[in-house]
Amino acid sequence: MIKKIFLSLILLIFTRLYSQIEIVGAGASFPYPLYSKMFDEYYKTNGVKINYQSIGSGGGIKQLQAKTVDFAGSDAILSDEQLKTFDDNILHIPICLGAVAITYNVDIKDLKFTPDIITDIFLGKITKWNDERIKKINPDKNLPDLSITVVRRSDGSGTTFVFTDYLSKVSNEWKEKVGSGTSVNWPVGIGGKGNEGVAGLIKQTPGAIGYVELIYALQNNLPVGIVQNKSGNFIKPSVETITEASDVKLPEDMRITITNTENKNGYPISAFTYILVYENLKKANEKMDYEKAKTLANLLWWMVHEGQTYTKPLHYAPLGKQATKNAEKLLKKLHFDGKILLK
Amino acid sequence: MISEKIYKKVLGIGGALIVGLLFSIFITLLINSLPTIKKLGFKFLYGKTWDPVFGNFGALPFIIGTILTSVIALIISIPFSLSVSLFVGEYYRDTLMSKILETFIEILAVIPSVIFGLWGLFYLAPIVRTLQLKLSLPPTGVSIFTASLILSIMIIPYAISVSKEVIKLVPIDLKEAAFSFGATHYEVIKKIILPYAKSGVFAGILLSFGRAIGETMAVTMVIGNSNYIPKNILTPGNTIASIIANEFLEAVETIHISTLIELALILFLISFFLNFIANFIIKKQKVSL
Repeated sequence: MIKKIFLSLILLIFTRLYSQIEIVGAGASFPYPLYSKMFDEYYKTNGVKINYQSIGSGGGIKQLQAKTVDFAGSDAILSDEQLKTFDDNILHIPICLGAVAITYNVDIKDLKFTPDIITDIFLGKITKWNDERIKKINPDKNLPDLSITVVRRSDGSGTTFVFTDYLSKVSNEWKEKVGSGTSVNWPVGIGGKGNEGVAGLIKQTPGAIGYVELIYALQNNLPVGIVQNKSGNFIKPSVETITEASDVKLPEDMRITITNTENKNGYPISAFTYILVYENLKKANEKMDYEKAKTLANLLWWMVHEGQTYTKPLHYAPLGKQATKNAEKLLKKLHFDGKILLK
Repeated sequence: MISEKIYKKVLGIGGALIVGLLFSIFITLLINSLPTIKKLGFKFLYGKTWDPVFGNFGALPFIIGTILTSVIALIISIPFSLSVSLFVGEYYRDTLMSKILETFIEILAVIPSVIFGLWGLFYLAPIVRTLQLKLSLPPTGVSIFTASLILSIMIIPYAISVSKEVIKLVPIDLKEAAFSFGATHYEVIKKIILPYAKSGVFAGILLSFGRAIGETMAVTMVIGNSNYIPKNILTPGNTIASIIANEFLEAVETIHISTLIELALILFLISFFLNFIANFIIKKQKVSL
């Protein structure tokens, strides 16, 4: 009797597990807190379980290529060469935006920076806080006679990509000497592992300057620099100014970096974070069937619409109108061997 | 009889598995680093730039960083580990005090390296910074020397664990004979204990050296992760283990991944040869005794 009950219990558990669709994703760690929240809410309302591993954008892309996940999270866009290594087109669905903040250890609030000052600090050309050029744009601030210690990420990171992409756009010298990437050959400075490593080194070193994810800076009350954008306006990074930065002409495939934005109210070191999926979801992996593909498509649609309400409380910037429109267009392309998944 | 045979076989298979495992790790590293070996050859070993963006890779800054940090750590730690081993193994042998000391040293060995790293970042780095300021060097706090300091503390238990046991093994009649000739305690240590135990002490030091060259987390937190050849020991640098841990996860291009794997291969070979040389020295010494 007991045996029968036991067996039926096991059977029940298994059928329950079997009938439930579970979507698996991996990738960028930057949007992880937001995705956890979104997926938790989606599970509560739609009963779909989503398992997301934050292993870094590079890892996510590798997993997508190896067909071990259903979708990948990435802060970086795939290059044309990278796209060729996949056996089907990959769509870049924008989910939200983030920014890289300049933070420093000098007891002055709201320091202003111009693109060329930032570049020259990170190239090792400006070495003192009371440098004439920094004084000139911060005339009301009492800048100390202190050496600048540059702090940057030591680990490969999307944050580094966004920051160096920005520097490459505003400075030809940077573009030729250093370039942009998840890890680069830094001319000067010391490296910390992760946002917390960089922030720890900055907090400890008087006169240090570095870059971290804006969310990390806000949560830890770090001083944040005000950066001059392309139109000449000094912009403080915030959820609003980041969304503004994305309000420019965007290409349909969304493969664009919006650093050094044309928008006059936009914060210039902002970036999209994406979910990458195969356009033909059947190609994603062997376990993918029509029903699961449909579930995934619905989930992505929800993330760029209803899901956006969870962005601001967690300091992520929601998608602007233009980006949402493009995301919709992209999502309508999703198909399962020719069968369109969303109408 | 049959159980004896089975027992022997199981032991044999176990041993063969370990050898096979080591060999297969070597082969895996070698195969995966082939793209770099083909492309860069020996240039990789003496190249000074590390530039993933433009594809220039040189391992020299990391090889130098690894050797510098480990050797300095060893130099700092030897006086401490030797004196503690003598304290525990000879002077205060089997007393309550040495038992307490031994327990504490064992605890030192099991502290996770990330805790050492954090402690180094918050307490050692400011000390090193004042030193740098006095010598008018850039006040980074994190440097090759900071990493060496942390490493020296981390490796002490490893050196002690072996050498204290060998010191305890020195035959009592040898020591008593020396004492009967009127030798002082210091003379007994210098002329009887250390010569007798030197191969064991050396093995302990080598074990700790092996630990130092492979340490990753604690080092990466306090070394500054600067991919250049350090100008002096008070400037930031980087080690092989640390660069691998930092860049492997986000490395996407084949050549970048392959260079990191070749670095792992170099680390593997350095450890292998160190052990080989150590075994050689230990054997030689045993004959001479």
